Amino acid sequence: MALYGKVYRGIEQVKGPLVIMRGVPDASYEEVVRFYSDDGREWLGQVIEVGKEKTILQVLGDTEGLETKVMVKFTGSTLKLPVSDEILGRVFNGSGMPIDGGPPVRADDYRDINGAPINPVKRDYPDEFVETGISVIDGMLSLVRGQKLPLFSEAGLPHNMVAAQIARQAVVPGKSERFAIVFAAVGLKYDDILFFRRQFEEFGALSRSVLFLNLANDPVIERITTPRVALTAAEYLAFDLDMDVLVIVTDMTNYCEALRELSSAREEVPSRKGYPGYMYSDLASIYERAGRIKGKAGSITFMPILTMPGGDLTHPIPDLTGYITEGQIFLDLDLFNRGIYPPINALPSLSRLMKDGIGAGKTREDHKEVSDQLYASYSQGVKARELVKIVGEAGLSERERLYLEFAKRFEERLLSQGFKERRTIEETLDIAWDVLSMLPEGELTRISDGTIRKFHPKLRGEKTVIYEGV
Amino acid sequence: MEEVLAKGEILHIRGPVVFAENLKGAKIREVVLVGEERLIGEIVKVEGDVAVIQVYEPTGGLKPGEPVERTGEPLSAELGPGLLGSVLDGLGRPLEAVAEIAGGPFITRGIKVPTLPRNKKWTFKPVVKKGDTVEDGDVLGTVKEGAINHKIMVPPRTGRCRVAEIAGEGDYTVEDIIATLERAGRKIDLKMYHKWPVRYPRPFKEKLEPVELLLTGQRVIDTFFPIVKGGTSAVPGGFGTGKTVTLHQISKWADADVVIYVGCGERGNEMTDLLHTFPKLIDPKTGRPLLERSVLIANTSNMPVPAREASIFMGITYAEYFRDMGLNVVLTADSTSRWAEALRELSSRLEEIPSEKGYPAYLPDYIASFYERAGRVKVLGSRNEIGSVAIIGAVSPSGGDLNEPVTQHTMRYVGAFWALDKDLAFRRHFPSINWLRSFSKYASGLGEWWMKNSGEDMLSLRGEAMDILQRASGLEEVARVVGEAALSEENRLLLLEAELIREGYLVQNAYHEVDTFCSPKKQAKLLKTLIQFYREARPLLDYGVPVSRIQKLSSLGRLRRLKFVPEKEFDREVEETLRELKDELNRLVAEVS
Repeated sequence: MALYGKVYRGIEQVKGPLVIMRGVPDASYEEVVRFYSDDGREWLGQVIEVGKEKTILQVLGDTEGLETKVMVKFTGSTLKLPVSDEILGRVFNGSGMPIDGGPPVRADDYRDINGAPINPVKRDYPDEFVETGISVIDGMLSLVRGQKLPLFSEAGLPHNMVAAQIARQAVVPGKSERFAIVFAAVGLKYDDILFFRRQFEEFGALSRSVLFLNLANDPVIERITTPRVALTAAEYLAFDLDMDVLVIVTDMTNYCEALRELSSAREEVPSRKGYPGYMYSDLASIYERAGRIKGKAGSITFMPILTMPGGDLTHPIPDLTGYITEGQIFLDLDLFNRGIYPPINALPSLSRLMKDGIGAGKTREDHKEVSDQLYASYSQGVKARELVKIVGEAGLSERERLYLEFAKRFEERLLSQGFKERRTIEETLDIAWDVLSMLPEGELTRISDGTIRKFHPKLRGEKTVIYEGV
Repeated sequence: MEEVLAKGEILHIRGPVVFAENLKGAKIREVVLVGEERLIGEIVKVEGDVAVIQVYEPTGGLKPGEPVERTGEPLSAELGPGLLGSVLDGLGRPLEAVAEIAGGPFITRGIKVPTLPRNKKWTFKPVVKKGDTVEDGDVLGTVKEGAINHKIMVPPRTGRCRVAEIAGEGDYTVEDIIATLERAGRKIDLKMYHKWPVRYPRPFKEKLEPVELLLTGQRVIDTFFPIVKGGTSAVPGGFGTGKTVTLHQISKWADADVVIYVGCGERGNEMTDLLHTFPKLIDPKTGRPLLERSVLIANTSNMPVPAREASIFMGITYAEYFRDMGLNVVLTADSTSRWAEALRELSSRLEEIPSEKGYPAYLPDYIASFYERAGRVKVLGSRNEIGSVAIIGAVSPSGGDLNEPVTQHTMRYVGAFWALDKDLAFRRHFPSINWLRSFSKYASGLGEWWMKNSGEDMLSLRGEAMDILQRASGLEEVARVVGEAALSEENRLLLLEAELIREGYLVQNAYHEVDTFCSPKKQAKLLKTLIQFYREARPLLDYGVPVSRIQKLSSLGRLRRLKFVPEKEFDREVEETLRELKDELNRLVAEVS
């Protein structure tokens, strides 16, 4: 065992993942420590509180076998990830150690896994449309390069399929590809990981991927570091090697639960549902690492996946996430049960950066208005569908019945799509017009006259439009 | 009387909270420099010999035993020429300069850079003469900064003085002495800038009643839930309800001389969006870029939490400074919830006893002390000028629950409340201000203002529209149970009118080049016209005309789209639409009878 730094004995107490020692001269806050037992076992840890009288360390990994007489080495540095272009195609654990049987990574640099905040004036505003080939996303929740857009899902829903389909199909139209995928599994089952590996393999992306795996039976504490090392790798690929990086982290719910476990071990004052009060800032320090930087060609597009406990959108995890991310893609149990793929409920979904990524010169000039109209009309249809449950279809007005039909057509034609089906944005918008054209023109209140004259399949090229109500 | 300031050393580090010992004479709220890298911190507690410090920068790598220096000064804002158009972090450091010193896109630690550029020269024009007597707030001279006439004033707490020396017209940096005042034989040198402790409200002569509408050009706000110059308002709403867009719209269009935007613990890309659009937007009044009348404070969610707590006070101090020049200022803070959370986090690190939901018991006082710094005031100085600061604070209630402590305490201190509604947002009804749950205490006092600026009796139009909307929402409840078809004809017409007001008036597209701003004249005429429809159509029911026929009128589609018609063509379009409506209605009556 290599011994740099200072080595001490004398742990006073081991409590859960926390180790309490007396004051250690020269120990610094957030410094990495290593524990060595006499029988050759080794643990990794970090200083979380340090003073002249007391030092608190946190063990990363299982504390089984840890005893008070182990040696503690203070390394003098914070948690760092070795980076170089050799990380591509490799598989690591949650603290950045290779687990694919390959050699250690030759390091061009060591990067602090916590990163540093991007200076807001150095950010470049994300406004380049990413065509995912999925109609409901491209048409109504357009993703842009450098956006952070989470999938809000529930246990049992095909969020992994949707994420894999996006990873496979996404392109920035008219841009040459320097594309990489960073995938981080946080507390995942092995078959989920196999699914992603197989998908990446199938479309030949494995050599352009970096995988960070923390399995369900891996140490809970490493769930805290997994997304951070993944994003550190992503930052290197994006801002040093000029690549467009798609980061998928699944499942953030497991991350938050690890955070709660740790907070409770530290005996901190809990906030909502026992999660720590700083969870917002903590999540922000992860999510905000996505983006583009002025003068750099690369980008980090971030797609965290989280399963909402009990499908509850107001649960602290989706709630705080939604406040940080730039929208959300909402998977819906009801749509899934009706056999619709992708089961994306457009109404509570949103892409905040859509407005600047679409329109003339980017997608098509009618995109924004068509999207607004789809939202407005589909919500009327969903409302009518709820009404049917109460009064039956016979109790509906003529107009409500029309919207009921609209919702059905929308779900069949625009929303539904195959796992391997890729639609261009042109195709998507044409389907949208086709669906919208079943409504009388007077109902298309979110679309301007000019756009109707130019794109409406029935009225294309007409000089004047006579508006008819229902 | 230079005091020799004690140096102490770090005793203990707990996240952003650092304990220091041997810091003799340390005062609460004093700024200290922590560690070898001299990180900026503020003393929040003194326990005997130990000072508790909240550090405004990441503390990773700090060690016990490192030095802690006192500065003897409280956390202060630099006030002077150069503020306008700047983009600062929560401690008042210009982010461009930070980037230059850091040498990269990431913010590193220990960077110290003053708010105001030291080498830039400003053309100073004196307005007082040697021998004049001046008091606090009196103008010594002016500097042209963009479209603003930046007044260089005698700082508060100076006292009545004689001007002993005043610089002639010419170019000076903010560090040059431009005046020397004399008071009881003592000389006071003044520069173009001074410092003010951010946690103390700047003094004024008298607080006045706010009576003038702060025009935002957003119909649902101006007409239904207005805010006034010097007023306060809160915008609560879950994520995705359009809070930020609403605030951006107000910052862009508000009828104010200066806009301070505090991005407090929010998304980085949102600040980038502002930085991206503000320089391109032109102020309709002055024809100059909006950025020139703005100060942006960006303390995004991933920047250190304690600086987030300070950023709001930094912003309000800038706002008060411009108010003291006799200007109307709007401060928008997005989001005050993140600010309150920063407070909660620090309170928990200080191991204080938590009150509701982990927030400290002094949360309400904290919120009140912020909103109370708004107001329309008679400013200091011998001139008789009035200035105002309006505060618009976003609230991000967890889980969209308006009963959580930050929303509840905020509601008690604000004059207007714009409740954003998730259901409206899902329907893409923006701004998603719920007309049943919002309020404005200012609305009833603005009748005269509307009469003067639009020539219409807006209060009664507003009352009529509100009545229709309210009755309609009751009917919708009923319709949800029995279906719309089961309602009486009269009620169905009312629902149609309510829908017309919602779609044709309340919904406003921030990204549509015409619809993004609506003048008071257009607002009044549009609302009047939409109500006119109801008045004209109502008598037809007595002739037995079914609502299903009225729904099909082509003029109805035209009415819904009136809002998109540019101001110049608006009057003509209204006239034509009403004419078409009358014709169509007459035809319907003829057909039925």
